[in-house]
Amino acid sequence: MTKDHISKQKFLEELRRYKRGSITRRHFLNVTGLGAATAVMGAALPGLRPTPAFAAGDIGDRVILATWPNYHDPANFEAFTEATGAHVQMNVFGSNEEMLAKLQAGATGWDVYVPTNYTITTYVSEDLIEPLDTSRLPNYDPSAYDPRFAEAGSVDGKLYAVPKDWGTTGFVVNTKHTGETKVNSWKQFFDMTRDSFSGRTMVHDYQLTTIGNALKYFGYSFNSVDEAELADAEKLLIDCKPHLFAISSDYQPALRNGDAWMSMAWTGDGKQLNTDMPEMEYVLGVEGGELWSDYYAIPKGAPHMDAAYALINFMLDPKVNAKEVLAHGYPSADAHTNALLPAELLNDPILYPAQELLSALEFGAAVTLTDPNRAELMARFKSA
Amino acid sequence: MTQRTRNWLLLAPAGTWFLVMLIVPLTVVLIFSFGERAPAGGVVPAFTFEQYANLPARWAAFKNTMTLAPVGTLAALLIAYPLAYFLAVRADPKWKTILLVLVIVPFWTSILIRSYAWIFLLGGRGIPALLGWFGLEGIRLINTPFSVLIGIIYGYLPLMVFPIFVNLDRLDKRLLEASSDLGAKPWRTFMQITLPLSIPGIATGCMLVFILLMGEYLIPALLGGGKVFFVGNALVDLFLQSRNWAFGSAVAVTLVVIMLITVTIYMRLINRLGASREDVSIM
Repeated sequence: MTKDHISKQKFLEELRRYKRGSITRRHFLNVTGLGAATAVMGAALPGLRPTPAFAAGDIGDRVILATWPNYHDPANFEAFTEATGAHVQMNVFGSNEEMLAKLQAGATGWDVYVPTNYTITTYVSEDLIEPLDTSRLPNYDPSAYDPRFAEAGSVDGKLYAVPKDWGTTGFVVNTKHTGETKVNSWKQFFDMTRDSFSGRTMVHDYQLTTIGNALKYFGYSFNSVDEAELADAEKLLIDCKPHLFAISSDYQPALRNGDAWMSMAWTGDGKQLNTDMPEMEYVLGVEGGELWSDYYAIPKGAPHMDAAYALINFMLDPKVNAKEVLAHGYPSADAHTNALLPAELLNDPILYPAQELLSALEFGAAVTLTDPNRAELMARFKSA
Repeated sequence: MTQRTRNWLLLAPAGTWFLVMLIVPLTVVLIFSFGERAPAGGVVPAFTFEQYANLPARWAAFKNTMTLAPVGTLAALLIAYPLAYFLAVRADPKWKTILLVLVIVPFWTSILIRSYAWIFLLGGRGIPALLGWFGLEGIRLINTPFSVLIGIIYGYLPLMVFPIFVNLDRLDKRLLEASSDLGAKPWRTFMQITLPLSIPGIATGCMLVFILLMGEYLIPALLGGGKVFFVGNALVDLFLQSRNWAFGSAVAVTLVVIMLITVTIYMRLINRLGASREDVSIM
């Protein structure tokens, strides 16, 4: 890169200051070189030209987005409202199962939602998802995406969802409490929970990852629905339950204040924690685990269809998406977006794990979403 | 318009509400409870008792609810009664209103936000840290049944205080004077006059708190860390996570039945207690 290039440490410091609000976005973009990069790239790449401005009211006054916690840059929504006159109303969820349950019950009023790869075929078979009209998404350039993280958006050749970002599911461990031990496996995660970390571990309130990672303890597939294998996982989880600090997908507060020392975690939370507290290490189990990709999609019967397309198109704008990545800390599969991101972020081992760790991971399988035994296992574990 | 028609018309709004908001949904739940889970979640109609046969899988949730609801009610009563007594009988009338307002003030903030505040108070940097300064190291409060109990007592205390306060406030104070004139010690006056006459308030308060506690979901979810599981939490999971509406309905019906039985027994007991009070006062 050029002399504008700033060191990784400097960049992260600036990012932290920006997040805390002690510097403005403009200052941040200037010192990190992102502003200049954006301007240069914007002129060079057709996809980066400003989205045509809407007259206020063209697409209605609101768009309702169902998404995950800590997953967007609020400044992007403000810019969207400024450009289109539509206000973004956000509903935050804890699991894909919960999103599916709401859509199955009907009349959610959502315009855009953010399903994970393994759920999309179920939404299609349940007729809960709208096929996408790419002519209304000029910012969507399929050739720019890493196919691994884009292919789940199409079912039987029809496009239903466009990639938002991707990530991994590992765990965060506070290395202040591990001494000399190097923690690198799900075996250690569950064994330490019942030993030196008793009362200090958290697992997700989410069947896919909690059961999946317990299956990895035995070396089974993350996606197993085999009854004998699930029985082993259940035994392990119930054995660990008295030693858990909590069963919750909201693990950052307890890790930050020191009540919990270890928790299952997603990339972005691992990144955010590690940035603020370097002793927080993000670990991918050597046995494997989950690799996932989230998408933007429109549910059947969305009340503000025009606004839904406008919002998705806006979020796919690489300039906007780059700001999203800086805010949430999950990698993007879009080459245009990555071209705008600093090399430091693109080489970050939390966002982009080493190949041997990555190749052990599995995408969640559709069957886990609807398998009654996995759902009931999770419920039994929680009520045990 | 005859008197009869007028009566029916007056009853119509409440009757319609009762039918649409209570009878119809409960009937739907009852019908669902004999159904089966649809492959992707939801319910398919059937006539099977399979869901009810599966109830033991939620035994722990029922056990937690059936333990913590009565214990919470009793604890709230023991704390609320002296407070209500003080407010109604002892407090200087000019302070009474202010003190009463102080009891209501917490209700102006959502229980969700107040429970979040308790997460910090009970967490490692809150009360346990304070106890640490006094040499009591390693006390764990958050995410235990005890922290759920604290949250319950805190959240429901005003609901217990008010019925008892209203009852004691209306108590004819001349009875207390008469009792003391006749030579009864304060303790005897309390046991034979004040307490028996406040039983309707106690009964109302306990009923309010107990019924709401049986359906409690939020406090165990926040202060129990997903580990202290109530029937309410089991229901949320069945409808919002595993999407097993049939089993969820069976659990809901069972909860309603348990509640009906408990409340009936409770009412009988209260009535009998009321009757024996008559005997005492005649004596």
